Amino acid sequence: MLHIEKVAAAYGDVQALWDVSLDVQVNEIVVLIGPNGAGKTTLMRTIAGLHRPRSGRILFEGTALHTVAAHQIVERGIILVPEGRRLFEGMTVLENLQLGAYTRRAKQQRDKTLRHVLDIFPLLAERRHDRASSLSGGQQQMLAIGRALMGLPRLLMLDEPSLGLAPLIVRHIFEIVKSIKEEGVTVLLVEQNARRALELAHRAYILEQGRIVGTGSGSDLLHNDEVREAYLGYAPVTARTLT
Amino acid sequence: MAQNIVYGLFVGGIYGIAAVGLALAFGVMNVLNIAHGELLMFGGYISFWLFSLLGIDPFVSLIICIPALFLIGLLLDRLVYRHVARLRGEAKIKNSLLISFGLVLILQNVAIRLFTADERTTQVSYIGQGINLFGIALPYTRLMGLVIALVTILALHLFLQRTDSGKAIRATAEDWEAAELSGINVPRVYMLTFALGAALAGIAGTLVSVTSSVAPSIGLDWTLKALIVVVLAGTGSIIGAFPAGLLLGLVEALSSIFISASYREVVGLVIFLLVLLIRPQGLFGSREAA
Repeated sequence: MLHIEKVAAAYGDVQALWDVSLDVQVNEIVVLIGPNGAGKTTLMRTIAGLHRPRSGRILFEGTALHTVAAHQIVERGIILVPEGRRLFEGMTVLENLQLGAYTRRAKQQRDKTLRHVLDIFPLLAERRHDRASSLSGGQQQMLAIGRALMGLPRLLMLDEPSLGLAPLIVRHIFEIVKSIKEEGVTVLLVEQNARRALELAHRAYILEQGRIVGTGSGSDLLHNDEVREAYLGYAPVTARTLT
Repeated sequence: MAQNIVYGLFVGGIYGIAAVGLALAFGVMNVLNIAHGELLMFGGYISFWLFSLLGIDPFVSLIICIPALFLIGLLLDRLVYRHVARLRGEAKIKNSLLISFGLVLILQNVAIRLFTADERTTQVSYIGQGINLFGIALPYTRLMGLVIALVTILALHLFLQRTDSGKAIRATAEDWEAAELSGINVPRVYMLTFALGAALAGIAGTLVSVTSSVAPSIGLDWTLKALIVVVLAGTGSIIGAFPAGLLLGLVEALSSIFISASYREVVGLVIFLLVLLIRPQGLFGSREAA
């Protein structure tokens, strides 16, 4: 579905990605893990069209994405929930959701999708007329995901959806990601919370210093000694007691 | 006294319309269009010539003036501002200042060539006539000007709040990347925003040509006034620039009673400095400065 081939990206003189190649198949959950500053967010932004790759190709079902404007990439069904949520905070919950369905494709089914999204997130329905800035962190993340779903994604990309959230809410968000996948949406997930992400993943890639240094199925990586030491060794206490 | 206050509000309404146009481009695109006053000047000339050549009432000729300035706005966006809007951060604001300053010189000279440097006023037949309410004179021209200003602002407010395009403009103003990620064509939003700002300048120019006068050199004065009002309202606040404009008109009127008419212009600049020092987010701005 998504085919990334030897992508390099840079901010000015600082190169952030080197020869990154990655594939996502239809209806998979693919997870990208790696330390801070590895280039995970840059890769997501590059796929979404906010950042132009310096070289390499990004193909979605065989057509090039790396030459296309970000809003046209959304039109093709590739939607990013960006790091830090990036809601329209001065606008209401409902307005945020409506704006998520701005493309021609999504607008036609906007009311239907809205009902569906509010079913998934009943809390948002209750607060639909409140400003996005008045929501709690967890609610804001749900709104960010809800806004992305309003655009009818075929490939949903989530950049650190659990960042800064309480464990209970994180669990809820992971359940939602799983149910989104079960509805037929393909998911590409960047996560700090590597254990939980790998448990969910069909396949995973490890990005370090702008390079893909490892790949495998979620369960393979969960039991790989190097991965355990580097990414799972500092897992939260609750998770550690489970092993 | 009451007469002065009323006149202050009449003038303030024009300040408000001029400022909202500037605030649109500034708040949404983060470009500061110094040539905004020149767009206003062209709007004033359009209504002046339509009146003196074809005898069209200036308030009626708005239906020509508004789309004309809208088109000029589209053109300027395509030719000039689109390329500036693509830049980031400080480079954007600096380049927009330099480029629009150049545009000021070009447009002023074009105006001198086309219209000569004479001052012009649209002398409608009912000029000087009006209603007398409790001893306060309300000239028709100024009354109409204020009504048109209020209707314009109400229409713009409804457009921004209710329509999808309006919501896209507000979303882009808040976070253009998030807007792109929602599928909003941000360059197109910029184009629409800039053209709307130009159309507002056209309305303000028409009101100026009726209630005072237009000349090729008036542009910078109006840009400065609009800028004071935008800062007073707060740079994130678009509609808020209108009440701030009314306020500036009022304060100027009062200052000419209590201080001296010759300090009228100074008062605005003093407010400008005070707001920047004491409340840099402006009267209606709550978000961190753009």
